Amino acid sequence: MTEAIRAGASEQLEADVLVVGGGMAACWAAISAARAGARVVLVDKGYVGTSGVTATGGPGHWWVSPEGTARAQAIEKHWIAGCGLADRGWMERIIDTTWRTLPTLAPFYRFDVNDAGKTVYNALRGPEYLRGLRRAAVDAGVTILDHSPVLELLLHQDGTVAGAHGVRRQVHRTYTARAGAVILATGGCGFLGGLLGSHTNTGDGHLMALESGAELSGMEFSNAYSVSPRWNSTRTLIYAYARYYDADGKELDLHPRSGDLARALIAGPVYARLNDCPDGLRKSLPQIQPMTLLPFVRKGVDVYSEPFEVKLFAEGTIRGTGGLRVVGEHCETTIPGLFAAGDTATRELIAGAVSGGGSPNSAWALTSGLLSGQGAADLARSRGRRLGEKVRAQGSAGLRPRSVAKKIDRRSVLKVAQDEILPLDKNLFRSGPKLEDSLERLETAWREIRDHDHAEGADAVVARETAAVVATARLCYAAALARDESRGMHERTDAPERRPGPARRLLVGGLDDIWTRPEAHEGWKPSHV
Amino acid sequence: MFELIVRDRCTGCNRCVEACPTNVLEPGPDKVPVVARIEHCQTCFMCELYCASDAIYVGPDRDELHPVNEPEILASGLLGQFRRDSGWDEWADDPRYTCQIWRLGPYIQAGFKQTTERVEQRLAEQAREAAVARPENS
Repeated sequence: MTEAIRAGASEQLEADVLVVGGGMAACWAAISAARAGARVVLVDKGYVGTSGVTATGGPGHWWVSPEGTARAQAIEKHWIAGCGLADRGWMERIIDTTWRTLPTLAPFYRFDVNDAGKTVYNALRGPEYLRGLRRAAVDAGVTILDHSPVLELLLHQDGTVAGAHGVRRQVHRTYTARAGAVILATGGCGFLGGLLGSHTNTGDGHLMALESGAELSGMEFSNAYSVSPRWNSTRTLIYAYARYYDADGKELDLHPRSGDLARALIAGPVYARLNDCPDGLRKSLPQIQPMTLLPFVRKGVDVYSEPFEVKLFAEGTIRGTGGLRVVGEHCETTIPGLFAAGDTATRELIAGAVSGGGSPNSAWALTSGLLSGQGAADLARSRGRRLGEKVRAQGSAGLRPRSVAKKIDRRSVLKVAQDEILPLDKNLFRSGPKLEDSLERLETAWREIRDHDHAEGADAVVARETAAVVATARLCYAAALARDESRGMHERTDAPERRPGPARRLLVGGLDDIWTRPEAHEGWKPSHV
Repeated sequence: MFELIVRDRCTGCNRCVEACPTNVLEPGPDKVPVVARIEHCQTCFMCELYCASDAIYVGPDRDELHPVNEPEILASGLLGQFRRDSGWDEWADDPRYTCQIWRLGPYIQAGFKQTTERVEQRLAEQAREAAVARPENS
């Protein structure tokens, strides 16, 4: 395939706005930029419709009526839950935008009608939602290139974003895309830990942004997990009713949505039984989440009567909260011309130190998509595409080895990173010495790929994914080490209390020398607050 | 993981090649897709959903292959089940397969409430039993 790519001509793409990614945030961003009059090209690693964690899910969206005090109450409740790191203005904005926007998708998505005959706008099923967003994007005039992963960003001499290099892996051609503004919506990083739908979510956008000097925030809040049968990750509705047992069949009294299950799994195998699932749920599950039962039926497990072994699958920064720092009201990053939407961006603004998993994150993906699309369209209009200017390619690890290029064992590099970032005992129950130990191993893995890996064409996609997983894992643990307190999902056994005083967000960045620093109090504030 | 494509059913449309988010498949010499990169299969069943001729079977394990017997799979009724339950294509207007995702929120909340109450009740009972078993004022 590399031969074919070398032989084939490189494709040149031009746009006002380049959207990188193909999940819900990317689609909303592309739709928004196109409706604002921009010529939009969207490039996704996979297929827009099946890529990313929303496609296999059933995203509910934060949905609060503007009537009365409901929104103020919801925002206050979530602000307190976020341990002081969320932003009330952003929460208000995503609730309002979501409320006004979702019903406009009706031409492209058949919304449910509930038993009371009322249309339900906030609960959507993943495959149909993404299929609908794809149709809406095409309808708005967006050019979609599937199976066209971006490998690296391009910057102008003045440091503003100029576009990206990528590879069209099904037609065996590389491409260069130039644009007046770029939106990164590549999703969070699940560290290839097997979470349903997350195989494409390897932190590619994080790596590319880091190479251009971007700042990230909240990366210490990167340790969400979700329960599933040991052999496959599924959606989790039915496990809300689970009873859990140890290997001797003794029932374990585990509080749902707590660290109880993780502690039990560290102690030994855990089995679930779902015989408490109500009949109504059993009857309608195939039409709520048609995929959930497939791994059971095909394994020959009678899900509602037989116990089955469970596993916690890492959700990394997907249901975790960290990502690119947002410094403007259109989701601008710290790189001029580069915007971040969805799980690529930090969701501290709407979730604080806890998971925004579920409905706040969906509302964020939608809203950050719309806002970044508008912002990028405006910026591209004002500064043009600057096609005549020289650009610098930013890619490092996997593309431009620092030392002697040689074949490296990417699987073992990946395993080194996964062995530090996936285990429950290391990532959920953290301590300074454990984090330092992990960071040392991650550093070794990073050096191996940075110094020696040299890939081209479709092979470079895997090289870059491996590098992105390692780079993201390092940021997570560097931030976790720097936050020497426990707050939200970040728990330090050697600092079990929350630090007194005002909460501060923690910024992190760097590829070789990772830095951290608390966000300044005088930092950007949303203009409408 | 991706296990089987039923050649007699495949029309060679290669929709699955396009729809697979991780690029596992490639068009074969006779247009019937072939598995090119099984190590990237994430067992997301999306290829089944996008196969309008119900020619694809994905196994239950995300990192283990269990080769299957084609006649058995054809007889199992599993082919096309996901697409039908999802109400896609020719099933779109069949009321039996209308999407009910709106029930997810209410069921998940009821489940957590029921489970939390049960766990707390059991823990309270255990605490009472422990108190009874403990010799008093010793």
